[in-house]
Amino acid sequence: MNNSIVERERGLLELERRIAELRNANVSQPVDMSAEIAALQQKYEELQREIFGHLTPWEKVHMARHPNRPTSLDYISQLDRFDELHGDRMFRDDPAIVAGFALLHGRPVMVMGQQRGRDTKENLRRNFGMVTPEGYRKVQRLAHTASRLDVPIVTFIDTKGADPGITSEEHAQSEAIAKCLYEFTEARVPIVASIIGEGGSGGALALGIADHVIMLEHSVYSVASPEGCAAILWGDATKAEEAAARLKLTAADLRAFGIIDEIVPEPLGGAHREPATVVSTVLGSVSMALQRLGAMSTDALREARYQKYRRIGAWETERLEVIGTSR
Amino acid sequence: MPMPDWLRSRRGKGADTRDAALWSKCPVCGEVLYRRDLAANLFVCTKCEHHFRMHAYDRINMLIDGDFTEIGAAVQAGDPLEWVDKKTYPVKIAGDKEKSGLSEGVVAGIGTMDGFEVALGVMDFHFRGGTMGTVVGERLTMLLEEARRRHLPCIIFTASGGARMEEGMFALMQMAKTTAAVTRLMDDGNLFVTVLTDPTTGGVSASFAFESDVVVAEPKAMIGFAGRRVIEQTIRQKLPDQFQTAEFLLEKGAIDMVVDRHDLKNTLVRLLQYTSQKQVRALQQVQDKL
Ligand SMILES: [Zn+2]
Repeated sequence: MNNSIVERERGLLELERRIAELRNANVSQPVDMSAEIAALQQKYEELQREIFGHLTPWEKVHMARHPNRPTSLDYISQLDRFDELHGDRMFRDDPAIVAGFALLHGRPVMVMGQQRGRDTKENLRRNFGMVTPEGYRKVQRLAHTASRLDVPIVTFIDTKGADPGITSEEHAQSEAIAKCLYEFTEARVPIVASIIGEGGSGGALALGIADHVIMLEHSVYSVASPEGCAAILWGDATKAEEAAARLKLTAADLRAFGIIDEIVPEPLGGAHREPATVVSTVLGSVSMALQRLGAMSTDALREARYQKYRRIGAWETERLEVIGTSR
Repeated sequence: MPMPDWLRSRRGKGADTRDAALWSKCPVCGEVLYRRDLAANLFVCTKCEHHFRMHAYDRINMLIDGDFTEIGAAVQAGDPLEWVDKKTYPVKIAGDKEKSGLSEGVVAGIGTMDGFEVALGVMDFHFRGGTMGTVVGERLTMLLEEARRRHLPCIIFTASGGARMEEGMFALMQMAKTTAAVTRLMDDGNLFVTVLTDPTTGGVSASFAFESDVVVAEPKAMIGFAGRRVIEQTIRQKLPDQFQTAEFLLEKGAIDMVVDRHDLKNTLVRLLQYTSQKQVRALQQVQDKL
């Protein structure tokens, strides 16, 4: 089952190539092969619907992690302008966070995204998109700057989780994430977050407190990675598929829970099949949200943000104060 | 306000009589300790000074002068994901209620410490490993909001294995909710202190635990973001024993102080004293307005 999406997609791509070959041959050769092509095309579409029409949560996890899925830089590169800013001013620059000033549809924004690599070499440099404390401190610094300068914050979330290494613990990973949450809660400017791939745990939430949260149709967002959840609850990371099903980590689930605000649909086969369209749709949604939020006063914006998170939860009783309880 | 029943019974009987065992074995040195002696020594091993994990009400009893007005005790866990594995989530919760004698993973309320009125939240590892779900987040948020409303300093004792898996994203979002309440409390100039006890990890350590003015920890408490096992699996080597202990974090500059449990109340009271004048002035201003 592992990475089934990529495996099955390979068969589909092979079929796609054969159809293209036949089409080319049809033009240059005297024999008419239109009927064969049409049959193949129909088979292709059936197969595509069969594979991608109804993705299970676990298949969505693989879709969210697909190596060709558009990453933060694919979105950032389509902004009108981008001036990258580097470093945490204390220790180093973390390449797993790409951030800086940018123009989105002519509007100044502070953009920041978690960046994984496309290949092994880039993944090693970017630590597979797993952010270290230095990256989170860069995020805090720039969120603070944006808030001071009245520039809205736009984030792209795409990480399995925060880096779990020795150095990260030594550099107080917990504190680094906690202070991101603090900075985003306090920010005096609109914040729009987009979950473009995998939103894994607190490491994702560090860029995720926002006035408007967008999620791609096949992205996932969860309290822990399915592997992590299975290991924690059942001591067995191989039960990840079961965990994925239980965690309610899909965009549709989270929209129903009121944890995200908007779902951007993906083409059949996933965002990577038509990256340009997906990127421009997401940027359009971000822009619309910024326009709406920009009309609010700072106080109203911050009050609405407070109430939005204040409400999230599920508990049984009405809020009551009880004096003392017996054990 | 009358003394709550649980507190009266505690005060009357002394040690935790609910625990069937009269004896406890120290997990560090192996010494067999009489429960009554252990309780008298604030649940610190009389031989090796190992700090046992404390029950929330024992902790409150150790810190609070008299009455303790609980906040949010009526808030009980829902089951938003309709979670089932070997058991359903409600069955797991019922089991932990029975075992721990607690209604959830945190007890929150208002009381006085050496005469200082304070908002106090105490997490308890004995309830689902101190994991943070909606109830923990909600009760702490209610506590932080009440502290802000009454211009009180707030102290939260943490003990947590992280976010509660069975509540999925609702659990993760409690990090955002508690943080929002912390920022408002702190913006108004109220003192916020966290005391990190064994263990404090994951979503709790990566939110309010490290957002306070002063971060205190108990000796040898395990504190970190990623669990020890996860790191060992990632780097494929064993970690040194000292790694992620309170003492290690102190050396790395991540926390303010490591305080022995016998000195803890005095330390907290001293911290409260630094801001008590400010608190008096704030209350005065409120009264003047009335
Ligand atoms: Zn001992």
